[in-house]
Amino acid sequence: MKWFDYAAPRSLAEALDLLARNPRARPFAGGTDLLVQMRAGQLDPDLLVDLKHIPELNELDCDGSGTLRLGAAVPCCRIYEDERVRRHWPALAEVAEMIGGIPIQSRASLGGNLCNAAPSADSVPVLIALRAVCRIAGPLGERRIAVEEFCTGPGQTVLGPGELLVGFEIPPPEPASGACYLRFTPRAEMDIAVAGAAAAVRLSNGVIAWARVALAAVAPTPLLVREAGDWLADKAPTEENIREAAELARKAAKPITDMRGTAEQRRHLVGVLTRRALQQAIARAREAQP
Amino acid sequence: MTREKVRVQAIVNEQPVEFLCEPRQSLLECLRDILGLTGAKEGCNDGNCGACAVIMDGRLVNSCLVLGVEAHGRRITTIEGLARGAELHPIQRAFLEQGAVQCGFCTPGLILATKVLLDRHPDPSEPQIRRWLANHLCRCTGYDKIVRAVRKAAAELREVRA
Ligand SMILES: Cc1cc2nc3c(=O)[nH]c(=O)nc-3n(C[C@H](O)[C@H](O)[C@H](O)COP(=O)(O)OP(=O)(O)OC[C@H]3O[C@@H](n4cnc5c(N)ncnc54)[C@H](O)[C@@H]3O)c2cc1C
Ligand code: FES
Ligand code: FES
Repeated sequence: MKWFDYAAPRSLAEALDLLARNPRARPFAGGTDLLVQMRAGQLDPDLLVDLKHIPELNELDCDGSGTLRLGAAVPCCRIYEDERVRRHWPALAEVAEMIGGIPIQSRASLGGNLCNAAPSADSVPVLIALRAVCRIAGPLGERRIAVEEFCTGPGQTVLGPGELLVGFEIPPPEPASGACYLRFTPRAEMDIAVAGAAAAVRLSNGVIAWARVALAAVAPTPLLVREAGDWLADKAPTEENIREAAELARKAAKPITDMRGTAEQRRHLVGVLTRRALQQAIARAREAQP
Repeated sequence: MTREKVRVQAIVNEQPVEFLCEPRQSLLECLRDILGLTGAKEGCNDGNCGACAVIMDGRLVNSCLVLGVEAHGRRITTIEGLARGAELHPIQRAFLEQGAVQCGFCTPGLILATKVLLDRHPDPSEPQIRRWLANHLCRCTGYDKIVRAVRKAAAELREVRA
């Protein structure tokens, strides 16, 4: 790697100041994407700004309303070891356990997973299905956007110069709701998704009150399939309705052919994974019935 | 850029150490080239093989994906820190006795991964063992003997603790 400087700011203000003054600086969380890309010569920043000592980026807490406040730099291991996350957002705990292996999970953050903006990023469809909101800070102050609006293309995001993802706010689970993420990989562990599907649903009086479906690795960005969720609203959670929603997701996918799979295989996988993710999300919602 | 080396103070294998490193040097390079601890190996240098794994503040990390400067103020255990003098750690002994070591390149990382696993889960199931070791590649043993060694070590450590 080329020479770079390293800074470990202790406050958000200090980090923003460093980023504002150094256009060739780069935020550094777990480094599991960043250091790999730097070593491959794809990136050569002059300064790495370590985010792991900034309180706001390391928080993992529920506020008074039950909203989960998840700092962008919190490593996966802290997410899946947290009892509140395991109980109230099990799909989030599961995806944190799915990224890489144990030594990767000691370091990899969901902020890094999103900011790296790989279409295959596993946690992003889950965050979208759970209606997570991004908190962004920068030279012009703070702003908030939905996770589904964050990525604009492979490796591309809405972050402007000097901006930092501070963290996520994930709304409290509603009664009788459930979520699930499934991915297809040739190897059970340590592999990158050929395709992935997340689903979240809420049941009410025997029908689906609302549903959300989001996909990984089948479009230039993680993809929220609004039409699948809209179609399920106010319908009974029957096998037939689930199949129809999965078909809408299959049609919405814009997969490409690459070394991991063909477009045709990916499109097929979207149908299968969406159907199963919806089934499991519904089963969880039934268990969560008060 | 300042191009200044950084002074790092850490606890490595229970001993305080101090060294100067470039920010671009990985923890793996610092351990091997500066501190002379060559137990951690460089396999892939991109996080996939686990040959470089060490324990940092109780967590297993791939030291090729950690910067040396990040070790400042941290507690690090490498394979050199496991034996007590001439007496091997029970996990090391189990790996030897079960034939879980052939060329030995993957062994330091696997033994440290096993240590973190057994510290947290004294009686792991086989799927749990395989999940905890999934980030470690071994080109020699075919993994079965490694899993057996982990179970043997777990049993032995449970006895010691009982
Ligand atoms: C062996 C291995 C296995 C992997 N397996 C998986 C897998 O199964 N699924 C998966 O989805 N990914 C996987 N990954 C990729 C990677 O681990 C994840 O994308 C991880 O979540 C990245 O997080 P990080 O904290 O390491 O990010 P970093 O590498 O520190 O950062 C990633 C990028 O985001 C930027 N960035 C980080 N944080 C912020 C922030 N708060 N604000 C603004 N920009 C920021 C950085 O500048 C960099 O460009 C794997 C990687 C390896 C090496
Ligand atoms: S050398 Fe670090 S994981 Fe392979
Ligand atoms: S013993 Fe040779 S790589 Fe595992």
